[in-house]
Amino acid sequence: MQELLYYYFNWEVFWRYLPDMLGGFVVTVQMAAIIAVAGLWLGLLLAVVRAFRVRPVNWALMVFVDVFRAIPQLVIIVFMFFALPYVGIRLSAFWAATLSLGLVLAAFAEENFWAGFTSVQRGQWEAARSTGLGFLDALRYVVLPQAIRLAIPPLTNRTIAITKGTSLASVIAVQEIINRASSAQAQAANPTPLMMGAVMYLIIFAPLVRLSRRIEKRYAVWSH
Amino acid sequence: MPLREFILEVKDVHKNFDGLEVLKGVSLNVRPAELVFLIGPSGAGKSTFLRCINRLEEPTRGQIVVDGVEVTSPTVNLNEVRRQIGFVFQSFNLYPHMTALGNVTLAPRKVLGLTRQEAEQRARAALDEVGLQDKMDAYPGQLSGGQQQRVGIARALALSPKVILFDEPTSSLDPELVGGVLNVMRRLKDEGMTMVVVSHEMAFAREAADRVLVMEDGGIIEEGSPQRIFSNPEHPRTREFLERVLRP
Repeated sequence: MQELLYYYFNWEVFWRYLPDMLGGFVVTVQMAAIIAVAGLWLGLLLAVVRAFRVRPVNWALMVFVDVFRAIPQLVIIVFMFFALPYVGIRLSAFWAATLSLGLVLAAFAEENFWAGFTSVQRGQWEAARSTGLGFLDALRYVVLPQAIRLAIPPLTNRTIAITKGTSLASVIAVQEIINRASSAQAQAANPTPLMMGAVMYLIIFAPLVRLSRRIEKRYAVWSH
Repeated sequence: MPLREFILEVKDVHKNFDGLEVLKGVSLNVRPAELVFLIGPSGAGKSTFLRCINRLEEPTRGQIVVDGVEVTSPTVNLNEVRRQIGFVFQSFNLYPHMTALGNVTLAPRKVLGLTRQEAEQRARAALDEVGLQDKMDAYPGQLSGGQQQRVGIARALALSPKVILFDEPTSSLDPELVGGVLNVMRRLKDEGMTMVVVSHEMAFAREAADRVLVMEDGGIIEEGSPQRIFSNPEHPRTREFLERVLRP
């Protein structure tokens, strides 16, 4: 027991590395927030574009979505950071990782939103259009609200999974939680920083998981 | 404004679905305030015909004119024309994420451009007309089938259309709820609304319809007053169909 406390809950180490770890916490939260917001909006936009059924546009869209869903997140991150500079695109590690994960989330989110769209019964479109509503108004007021609510359960899951992927950014030296925890651990020769890191992830994501459950519960109210 | 002889003119409408000809040249002229009933065996094309009128299905050939405006014209503003044609669906198709009031005010606000107050006034009147004034804030999920259908009718009414099309309005309802909807339809007829109804409610047709059309296999095989059609059908297929449906 003494040993457990010494290695994993070392008070001295904790205080020494707390400022550094808090810095990592902030970076992780920033990345997660940008990824979630940008990824979800882009995913929704792509799904709406897909609804217009313009063949060449949809083809390009599908290529993007399939590529970003199929390639592992880490590979995309590494590619963005190490491979892009060769064509002149030089992103900072933070933005390489954030952009990568944002695009990955957008790809998955587009599929979730699209599934939501196609689940909205045809009768809803017909009823809306038969009252004289144009395509965009029918989309905006009748179909989209229903599609989004149908998409929420898979979306919350997916968003949490991908924002946890910010830990992969440590590979390209972004100073987020696990990166700092690793360095601290090596420096202190004590795994307490790793425990701190784990707890920080819990602090960020456990409430999000609970929140997503509440959101799902709320929106499941009227779904037949 | 000169009164038109026909508020709805359907001229030789054809509809092909992937090579299968579902409508083989159907024509119909409806006078203002007329209640036209469409009966016939399933697969006859009755619903398809109705849905062609507001172009929920695109006719392969033929012309449709509502109050002088050609619905089938390639240059027509379809959204504008659809304001004049109310449609009531067999499965109601209410918007589940809006209250009854919301369902009925959506089109007046976005299509007619009314303010929220004006739209709500109209909606209240329409919901009143169908007897649901105390259910305005209910969500479709909280309403019975008959109530949902009545909201559907109110939704169509709120745009003050020239004609309302009913596609098997009571076919999805439990028997005890059918009467409520038919009462609303009776009331609409009394107030002079032009209506085209596809339905199996023969008793209602007998009592309320001005004209009954019998469809089979993509065409109209017989047409006449309900009294004549039901008591003295001429076409053998009409007789067969009525025998099956009006089992004594």
